[in-house]
This record gives sequence, structure tokens and C-alpha cells, in this order.
Amino acid sequence: MASPDIPVNSPAEDDELTRRDVMLIVAGGFAAVGGTMALWPLLDQMNPDASTLSLATTEVDVSHVEPGQALTVMWRGKPIFIRHRTDEEIAKAKDAPVDDLPDPLARNANLPDSALASDDNRAAKDREPWLVMIGVCTHLGCIPKGQAVGDYRGEYGGWFCPCHGSQYDTAGRVRIGPAPENLAIPPYKFVSDQKIKIG
Amino acid sequence: MTAHPSSYEPKSGIARWLDARLPVARVMHDQFMVFPTPRNLNYWWTFGGILTFMLAVQIATGIVLAMHYVPTEADAFDSVEKIMRDVNWGWFLRYSHAVGASMFFVAVYIHTFRGLYYGSYKAPREVVWILGVLILLLMIATAFMGYSLVWGQMSFWAVTVITNLFSSLNAIIPGLGTTLVEWIWGGFAVGGPTLNRLYALHYLFPFIIAGVVVLHIWALHVPGNNNPTGIDVQSSRDTVPFHPYYTIKDGFALVAFVLLFAAIVFYAPNFLGHPDNYIPANPLQTPPHIVPEWYFLPFYAILRAIPNKLLGVIALMSSIAILFFVPWLDTSKVRSTRYRPIYRWFFWAFVVTCVALGYLGSQAPEGWYLILGRLFTAYYFAFFLLVMPLVGRMEKPSALPGSITEPVLQSSEGSRKLAPAEVA
Repeated sequence: MASPDIPVNSPAEDDELTRRDVMLIVAGGFAAVGGTMALWPLLDQMNPDASTLSLATTEVDVSHVEPGQALTVMWRGKPIFIRHRTDEEIAKAKDAPVDDLPDPLARNANLPDSALASDDNRAAKDREPWLVMIGVCTHLGCIPKGQAVGDYRGEYGGWFCPCHGSQYDTAGRVRIGPAPENLAIPPYKFVSDQKIKIG
Repeated sequence: MTAHPSSYEPKSGIARWLDARLPVARVMHDQFMVFPTPRNLNYWWTFGGILTFMLAVQIATGIVLAMHYVPTEADAFDSVEKIMRDVNWGWFLRYSHAVGASMFFVAVYIHTFRGLYYGSYKAPREVVWILGVLILLLMIATAFMGYSLVWGQMSFWAVTVITNLFSSLNAIIPGLGTTLVEWIWGGFAVGGPTLNRLYALHYLFPFIIAGVVVLHIWALHVPGNNNPTGIDVQSSRDTVPFHPYYTIKDGFALVAFVLLFAAIVFYAPNFLGHPDNYIPANPLQTPPHIVPEWYFLPFYAILRAIPNKLLGVIALMSSIAILFFVPWLDTSKVRSTRYRPIYRWFFWAFVVTCVALGYLGSQAPEGWYLILGRLFTAYYFAFFLLVMPLVGRMEKPSALPGSITEPVLQSSEGSRKLAPAEVA
């Protein structure tokens, strides 16, 4: 470490650690650690700020959503798909063997991460007709079609992403296409028969 | 900078005073006036100057646009329309900036293909090439961020799709991609904070590009220019001073280029853009068909050719990153493709591939388009990973001329009196 041109305080062998070496290492280490720590605020300022985090819950009135209808609301800047499913749609979702799904996990924030993607684990708890999901394609973030009347819903009758052709079934599980995961289910609960609290 | 001795002589007392303190006039004289430049450079060599001009145009128009643009979710789109309708000459400045970005890419792609054709990346110009690829990467980032600022439907969804590419890291470490993307967004979706930071960085990046351009030219001026024969300069007979020979040639090419630029700005300013970007951003509705600007289409086609999300992103990144390794992938002893009879066919097949990928990137990835997209993507990578190393070893190059001057004088026999190096 010590430059041979600089006289050292005590006579020492070339490979021996001198007082000057120690000071150099300590000072250099201090500057490196301090410099790295000072970078953190510069990086962390980019993370979602307090005002963004404070928009964490939304309450939605779903009393007017009849079977077969859907509602889209915003939560944290993302669309939330709420669908009141028909008996036929539920039956179709139940028929799909979970083992054959591209993504066998429920992706339900209200259940453990390991929960499987059965229709029960995807639908609202004890309210099978209701499906509440983040309406963002898990491929590259487009909004799938299927909420509006007359939208093309893909071969499985759920949702169809126009960007790269991913198709989701009536439980929001990916069935075809580049999307790697089922549509995510946000943390939510029914606070009454008419109201859902998301977040 | 270079081995040749300085020939600058200060002509006044002030010049002598400054030269002893900051020899900036000496550097300009040595590097841009008398700099010995191969006498046989063709018009493909004029794009370096054109690119420097385009960078200046983008910075100048960009700074004045920034005086009127408002980088907020609510006002961004309207402020762009205000620039178009209310600001004095706003339409001209914005169209120049938007079309300018396209023209910048036209020039940089020609410049890159010229370097590939004439082997300008080969020793001793590897660092020139690497800095050039770095500039290309910075240009891609800058153009992407600039496009987002319009905050139209295509802007918004391009940002959504491209930033979501990073979420593919979830396939390696669950949660890493999401954390990274939310850090980039400053929220849980693309929104106001995202726009504001893209604006800040869009203003910064051109100046970083300008800095790397200085290094690029510096690195170029150490060995000097390559030339169409690819053989080294042997004597002063092979070179002419940069001024007036190449200032005039570059100037003429620049005028022709600017004519095309102006024709588009004045007669077809939206020809290269997408009409959906005149619809304000709507986070609840994805346009039926998302396409990037034309200059990103080949890379977009590569992304979509791969059916796996993570591998698609890796292919996209690799398609540009692979350029960094070209100096070592090409094993040929001969620089210029002019003397490489077999490689020449592969080279033009590569050019066709890039154009074809550009077309395929604009089409829906279905049926034949998808199959062709995969074939051309395969050739894109095979060109670098198989053709460059193998053809370089196996091919027998045709005979090289004895010097740079020899073919010049042969091709201008009958008008020999015009050969400048002999007059000089």
C-alpha cells in the first residue's frame, strides 16, 4: 500500500503493515462506506413516496353489478376488475384441471403464496360469483379486454390481452400466451353485501 | 492526441498568450484543420459530421421546448398541444425535435452499418467502436424517454410495456422485478412521478452523449480514420488535410441530409409518428396495437419472436449488447468487406434481416409473421456468433491494393491533374 517514495514513520520491512498503511486503509474505507451510504437517499427518493403509499385503500359499492356484468375501478393507479360471474362462467372455471394450468398458483394476496389456482382460491371468499383482480396483464402490463360488453374474451371466455395475445379464463388464470402468471388478486374483503374494501 | 507533431503557429500576441495557457486553438487546428485524413473517404464517411449536427439540433430545440413543456400527468399532453398552437414557432420547434429524433437514427444506423461494412471496429479502433455502441445505447434510452413526454396513448403504453420488461426478473428472484419496476415508476403504475423523472433524465442524457462523442472522436483521432480499402495509411501521399477537403465534403452531404430533414418537417411532419399518440394517455385503455417508433421496430420484433418473457427480454438486450463484442467476434485479417467475396453476401443478408425485422416489428405477431420473425431473429444472432468468427477464418480475401492512393489514381485516370495530394 505505502508508496516506496514516501518515508515511513518507523523503519519497517516492505511487506510489514506500517502506521501509514493502517491510516490509509481506514481513511479509504471510511470514505468508501460513507460515499456508498450517501448514495442511498439519491436512489431511495425514486421509490413510491408517502402520498402514493397513502392511497392504499379504496371502497367500492358493487350493489348494482348484476350477474354477467363487470366493473372497473382504480386502486393505486391500476385498474381493478370486479366481475359478477354467471353460473355458466363459474362452471367453466371449475372444470379446468389445476395441474394443467400454465401457472398453478392462486396469486391471491389474501391467501398463502403456495395456494393453488383452484376456482375457490381465485374467487372471493364464500362469495363464489365474485372475482376481484388487478386488471394488468402479467406479461408487459397492458389492460386485457373483457370488461366491456362486446369485448373479445378469448377462447376461455375470460379476458384477452390485445398487446401480445395472452388469454385468461373466467377465473382470471392465464391459459394461452406469453403472460407468465395468473392475473394478480389484490388484498380485499367484502365489508358488507354491497361493499368491497380493496387494499 | 496523435503522434504527428503540432503545426499550429499562433499569429497574434493574444493567440500566443492563450496558447501558453489553454491551447484550445492548437487542438482545433491540429485535429480539425490539418488533421491527415485518408484521401479516399466516400460519402458513407460523412455521417459522423451529420450526427454531430443532429445532436446539436436536438439539444438546441430540446432546450427551447423545455421552456414551454409541463412535466405533470395533468398538463403534459396539453402543454405539447399549446406548444403546437400558441407558442411562437412552437410547431416548427416541436416538429424539428420529433422528426430530428428520426433523422438522428437514420444517420446513426447508416454510420453503424458503414463501420460494419468497412471493418472500422477492427484493431486499432476497438475503443472507437465500443464508445460508438455506448452512444447508440444512450440514444435509444434518450429517444425512449423523450417519446414518453408527449403523454399520448402510445407514449403511455410504450413506457408501460418497456418498464415492465424489468419485471421479468421475477422469474429469477421472485419480487426483485416488481421492486425494481416500482422504483422506476415511483408508484404502483406508470404515473406522474414516472413522467417527471423521465423528463429530468431526458434533459440530462444528451449532455452525457455529447461527452461520449468527445471521447469517440478523441479515440478516433489516435489511429486516424479507417477508409474504404481498410488498409493503413502508409505515407503523406495517402492523406489530405481535413480542411478544406472534408469540411467541404461533409458540408455538402450535410446540406443534402438537411434538405430531406426539412422536407419531412415541412411536408410530412407526422409521417413517421403514430396517430394514436394524439390521444391523451388513458391508463384504463390499452390501444389495440402497441408499436414503438420505427427506429425500435427491429428490436421489438426480436423481443416478440421469443415466446418466453424473460428469454425475450434477454434476446432484446443481447441484440444490442452483442455489438460491443464485434471487434473480437470478427476473425478476418482484412478490414474492408470490399475485399471479402464471401462475407459480403452474409453482410447484405444481415442488412436485409434488419430491415425485415423492422417490418415484422410493425405487424401483429401471428402466423407467418411470427415464424419469419423467429427466422430473422435467428440469423441476426447467427451473423455475429457464427458468420463473423467462421467466415473470417475460412474465406480467402481478394487481392488488396498496394496503397490507399493506388486505386484512387486508377479510378481517376484521365483526370489525374485533379489528384490533390500531388498538387499539395
